[in-house]
Amino acid sequence: MPRREAVALGVAALLLVVALPICNALPTSSPLHLSDFRLNLFGKFLAYAILALGLDLLWGYAGVLSLGHGVFFGLGAYAMGMHLMLEIGAKSVYQSALPDFMVWNQVKELPLFWRPFYSGAFTLAAIVLVPGLFALAFGFLAFRSRIRGVYFSIITQALALSAWLVFNRNEMRLGGTNGLADFKTIFGFSLNQASTQRGLYAVTALVLVVAYLVCRWITNSRAGKVLVAIRDSETRVLFSGYSPARYKLFVFVVSAVLAGVAGALYAPQVGIITPAKLGVLPSIEMVVWVAAGGRGTLVGAALGAFGVNWMQSWLTTSYPDLWLLFLGGLFMGVVLFFPDGLVGALARTATRMMRLTRSASSTATPTESARSREAPRTGHPRPEPVSRTPLQ
Amino acid sequence: MTSTGSIIYLEDVTVSYDGFKALSRLNFYMDRRELRVVIGPNGAGKTTLLDVISGRAKPEHGRVIFGDHTDLLPLRENDIAGLGIGRKFQTPSVFVNLSVWDNVELSLKRASKGVFATLLERDAGGERERIAATLATVGLADKAARPAGALSHGEKQWLEIGMVIAQDPELLLVDEPVAGMTDEETARTGELLESIAADRSVLVIEHDMEFVRQIARKVTVLHQGTVLCEGPVDQVQNDPRVLEVYIGRRREGTNAHG
Repeated sequence: MPRREAVALGVAALLLVVALPICNALPTSSPLHLSDFRLNLFGKFLAYAILALGLDLLWGYAGVLSLGHGVFFGLGAYAMGMHLMLEIGAKSVYQSALPDFMVWNQVKELPLFWRPFYSGAFTLAAIVLVPGLFALAFGFLAFRSRIRGVYFSIITQALALSAWLVFNRNEMRLGGTNGLADFKTIFGFSLNQASTQRGLYAVTALVLVVAYLVCRWITNSRAGKVLVAIRDSETRVLFSGYSPARYKLFVFVVSAVLAGVAGALYAPQVGIITPAKLGVLPSIEMVVWVAAGGRGTLVGAALGAFGVNWMQSWLTTSYPDLWLLFLGGLFMGVVLFFPDGLVGALARTATRMMRLTRSASSTATPTESARSREAPRTGHPRPEPVSRTPLQ
Repeated sequence: MTSTGSIIYLEDVTVSYDGFKALSRLNFYMDRRELRVVIGPNGAGKTTLLDVISGRAKPEHGRVIFGDHTDLLPLRENDIAGLGIGRKFQTPSVFVNLSVWDNVELSLKRASKGVFATLLERDAGGERERIAATLATVGLADKAARPAGALSHGEKQWLEIGMVIAQDPELLLVDEPVAGMTDEETARTGELLESIAADRSVLVIEHDMEFVRQIARKVTVLHQGTVLCEGPVDQVQNDPRVLEVYIGRRREGTNAHG
């Protein structure tokens, strides 16, 4: 990792993991105080950013567009949600050991697949393994059959739709349309306590930093170059002796696990998980975050997730009717004017500024510029080489 | 019939697409270190021949043997590439978002090209010289740091040839390497292929008869999925059957460009 990036990451990590929770713990009279509401909101955005990193690895680097990542997010969130439901125990509205929705659905006994979720350790494993193994099976079949490009996007969208339909059914014993909610405690800590929420926020921020390091480690390895190569020319990769299907399967699973972990961090902070979070629409929104922030940069994906959702929470409270129009407009705007997203646009502006200042300083000192112009006089003048690649 | 001494050996190979026979009971073999040019009118099955050898097309009938006794039919493209068969495509296919250097680095022959091997391997020191040597061979040494997308058409073709050389293949399959090149570039490409053929087998598909005369020692003419005739370039050009196939194009035989 270059030094500048390491420093920037360190500063961001300190700010997110340490500084913001401290600001939250300050007394309300302090000018630096950050409200519980805000911190909780940031925690949600950071969970989304974890998912966006994985999606960027898959789409921005390997060029595989998944329109079904809401499903993996949902699997992680439901796994965590099931454990939280069981932790409620008899403190529920109906004072039954069963989750409330089972009581009103006339379920007399806890379904077998719910039982292991009493165990916290099992739940933590399930958060990683359920989305991971599901992605492994789904991806194996899809990539092995050489389903790629827009066809892959379509079947992942179909996956999101079917998952949404399945999770909506009461017979699934997962709370149907209402999902899982009214969580009281997490691993014994009360979710109503500000300190618990602060802890959840800090864990989320820490996981985001670790997820970034893992993704960067992948993109800096030779495997990371193979991923970019797959986006450029899958055929050439295949005939260079690599199996594109295995590489795509690998990133697909990594991104699904990150999405699952994001979901598991989301559920206790927001307090509810419903099928509405794992359908087609949220899956597409996730893609918009990455596109708006800038594909193939990792930083852009995280910034996009944070920025778009912050905008959403502001717009939906101030101008509730405008949000969907804005989201659609944002996507079209990005596609038409900023294909490399916020980060790409910033990088381009920075290059242009640097060039402007350089030409300004060279007109100020004509002798120097004349001298520098003499150097390349061998051969005929050449246009400046393309130094910036759109997706690197 | 034994296949001893041959680098690639196809026997009775038939490939059909929706009833159309792209290759029909084709027999073809090449010696080690041979530079062979395959010509033929459009639809003769030239590219399909490369597809069969490189694993992209699976024949419904026949045998394909690499070296002394490696059956290629059950293998996937990447496994065949790993065995030592490199393929250069007709339209340049390079990794435009990676640097020229990285393009060659990814192509290098390696013990394992699996996900976990490449995740753990970083910059292996000994490879630098091989990459630099390959770039020097194809004349791109001074452009190593550039993104491959910034190269000209001809340079991309050379880069791809370089990538295939980096795979250190025993057999190179080259599909119309000089299409769209200037005369100067074409001449350089010819020299490049000849130098490669000094210690490897090279199978070139070409339309441009001028170029064929420059590089070819032995020419195979394909027509309707089978071998029409085979021999030294002058002999083939004056073969009445070849003139017949190319009739309506240029009868003189000086330029059979389709």
